[in-house]
Amino acid sequence: MESIVPLIGVTLLVGLVWLAVMAWAIRTRQYSDPKGDAERILRTDYDDTPQ
Amino acid sequence: MGKSEPAVAGAAGTSGGSVDRHPLRKSPSAGGGSGRQEFIFAVQDMHCAACISAVENSLSKFPGVVSARVNLTHRRVMVEAIGGTDACALVRQIEQVGYSARRLDASVVDFVSTDPETQELLVRLGVAGFGFANVMIFSVVIWSGAEGTTRDLMHWLSALVAVPITCYSAQPFLFSALRSLRRFRLNMDVPISLAILLAAGHSLFETALGGQHAYFEAALALTFFLLAGRYLDLHTRSSARSAAQQLSALEPDQVTVKGTHGEREAPLSSVHKGQVIVVRAGDRIPLDGTVRSGSSDVDNSFLTGESRPVPATVGSAVAAGQFVHTGRLEVEVACTGEDSSLRKLIRLIHLAESAKSSYTGLAERAASVYAPAVHLLALAGFSVWMYQTGDVRLSMNIAVAVLIITCPCALGLAVPAVSTATVGRLFRSQLLIKDSDALERLAEVRTTVLDKTGTLTMNVPSLDNSKNIDDEAWSVAGALAGASRHPYARAIHEHVQGRGIEVAEVRDVVERPGLGVAGVWKGNQVKLGRAGWVGTKDNYGTATFLRLDSERIVAFRFVDQLRSGVQECVEELHSLGSEVILLSGDADRAVREMATRLNVRQWHAEALPEDKLDMIRKYTMRGGSTLMVGDGLNDAAALALADVSIAPSSAIDATRVSAGIVLVGGDLKRIPEGIKLARLAKRRILENFAIAACYNAVAVPLALAGIATPLMAAIAMSTSSIAVTLNSMRMR
Repeated sequence: MESIVPLIGVTLLVGLVWLAVMAWAIRTRQYSDPKGDAERILRTDYDDTPQ
Repeated sequence: MGKSEPAVAGAAGTSGGSVDRHPLRKSPSAGGGSGRQEFIFAVQDMHCAACISAVENSLSKFPGVVSARVNLTHRRVMVEAIGGTDACALVRQIEQVGYSARRLDASVVDFVSTDPETQELLVRLGVAGFGFANVMIFSVVIWSGAEGTTRDLMHWLSALVAVPITCYSAQPFLFSALRSLRRFRLNMDVPISLAILLAAGHSLFETALGGQHAYFEAALALTFFLLAGRYLDLHTRSSARSAAQQLSALEPDQVTVKGTHGEREAPLSSVHKGQVIVVRAGDRIPLDGTVRSGSSDVDNSFLTGESRPVPATVGSAVAAGQFVHTGRLEVEVACTGEDSSLRKLIRLIHLAESAKSSYTGLAERAASVYAPAVHLLALAGFSVWMYQTGDVRLSMNIAVAVLIITCPCALGLAVPAVSTATVGRLFRSQLLIKDSDALERLAEVRTTVLDKTGTLTMNVPSLDNSKNIDDEAWSVAGALAGASRHPYARAIHEHVQGRGIEVAEVRDVVERPGLGVAGVWKGNQVKLGRAGWVGTKDNYGTATFLRLDSERIVAFRFVDQLRSGVQECVEELHSLGSEVILLSGDADRAVREMATRLNVRQWHAEALPEDKLDMIRKYTMRGGSTLMVGDGLNDAAALALADVSIAPSSAIDATRVSAGIVLVGGDLKRIPEGIKLARLAKRRILENFAIAACYNAVAVPLALAGIATPLMAAIAMSTSSIAVTLNSMRMR
């Protein structure tokens, strides 16, 4: 029983981190051009201005 | 919603209006202080990394361009440039690297069209998914046999996660149910909200009392699955909205105005009566007026359905929407705004749109039966158990179990999952669904009304009597025709090139817009053009004449070229049980010929826009769904009124905007294919309803009997949702 409590804490923490990353990704429009991003990753020229 | 601001001609593309929508972009000076402009272009033929590089690099090199960014998903490019940069020059720059570009009105379209509502729903879905996964972990402990303090601890931990997450994630259902109840109506969100609230509230109550059963995972599972359905639905609608926005953004907003200091570009809305505007070959006349200088052949087919180009010379009245084939016209504007013929037609379209019959979708029809039934069932369960045992807590448990089990989880997914898959498949079949209810209405089509010019025919004339013309006439006609953009001249020129006939040496070739082309061949003056101009009489109506000398005049007769798949389209429509009717503004003879050629029994010729509207009204009153296929401005009002409407992508902008579906390629065979797919989609939706009904038929008696456990509810709910989704996937 004692070992479950920290595990629960860790689970919740990992979940919250995942949630925060997802919220950040959506807010910063990481999914606004999935096709373009898939093609851009194959380009050789450096591109530092994500949409 | 929210973002589709009205198109303001002239304000298009200025940086001030769209700064908020692009938080990550380098600040292009709010309010336009440093004079930067944003342009958005639709570049449809980009498809790979090389295309992105070619377009972006080409634009970046253009003087005045600060940045250029391609969005491949939406096939758009956004250009930020210093003030005064010419949009037409940017279009030419894109065209130079081999892509066709059209400017979009930046106040109408968003560069990245993920609207805030979709984004918000995605976040809620993510949060619900997180909560669902975590609570399931705690529930597994309980289902594995945890007792006493361990079970209570797991219940409390579940409550800690589930209550705030349900409050946040289920908001779309709760608010929608509240709105519906305020209007004394029951929509699908009422049983959903009630189930979620009762599941969470009752579980909290049981947890506080140290009870055995808590349904926290059920509350979150419901929220998660239903949000997934809602997201799919919204995604389909927002793609349709984005397509519609793109079409409305293509309205021309700039015209060339001739003033005392020469010609200048000006917004269409700023032009007033009496001003002179310049229209060149290949453009559409933007406003009604009278020709002051120049001559040309103008095509009225979009307005009247009449396919033959007519001459326009000094003094001729021209109307907005006419297409200029040759020469250059200077037009004195006769009326602007509300009085123009274009506006009159647009008013007719709005009138037709408001008269369109409202449609109750399958989901709504299902909800109207389902919602009251579920509540009555729960109430019956509560009453019977209360009467039998007198135990409020037990009776409440039964009622909650019934509501959770019957919650339309699978029903919520049944329609959107099929719609999303079908819309995707139809798009691959070149049919772009713009209206959300167009798909369901397409499945119910009983009458199909087809326009002739531009819909069945391609507005490209084809030669009818080519076999009767000798090679000498061809070679001279070919030489003269090469100098003109008139559709008949182009058809002759292409025919000569196609057959490999050597073109005669004709000197001093000069085009007389509105009349024809003249030149000198073997010392004689030769002419190719109108009957009266070459000195003969026109007995055909759709012909052009070549005068080789005073005795030899050769007629080139034309017929409208049929679009590919027309014959098959009509045959298939017949076999699908749809009545086919030909409705055209063209002359009686032309329409009759076409009807005979296609084996269509019912046809109406010389129909004005109002007549078309009346016909559609008559057909829609007969029952069954009426499909209208048309491309002209004269069809737009009829398209807006018809239950479901299709416009080819070559149609004029206003027409494509009022049509519910756009046919992207030119192949009409896609229409019956679309109807078949829509019928299949309807069958899948009904199958999904059947799956949901079967699941309820098994689970509800268990819940009413009091033997349903939270584990059973979770398994049943997930299984039915997955079954419905998998069944929908068969549409892809």
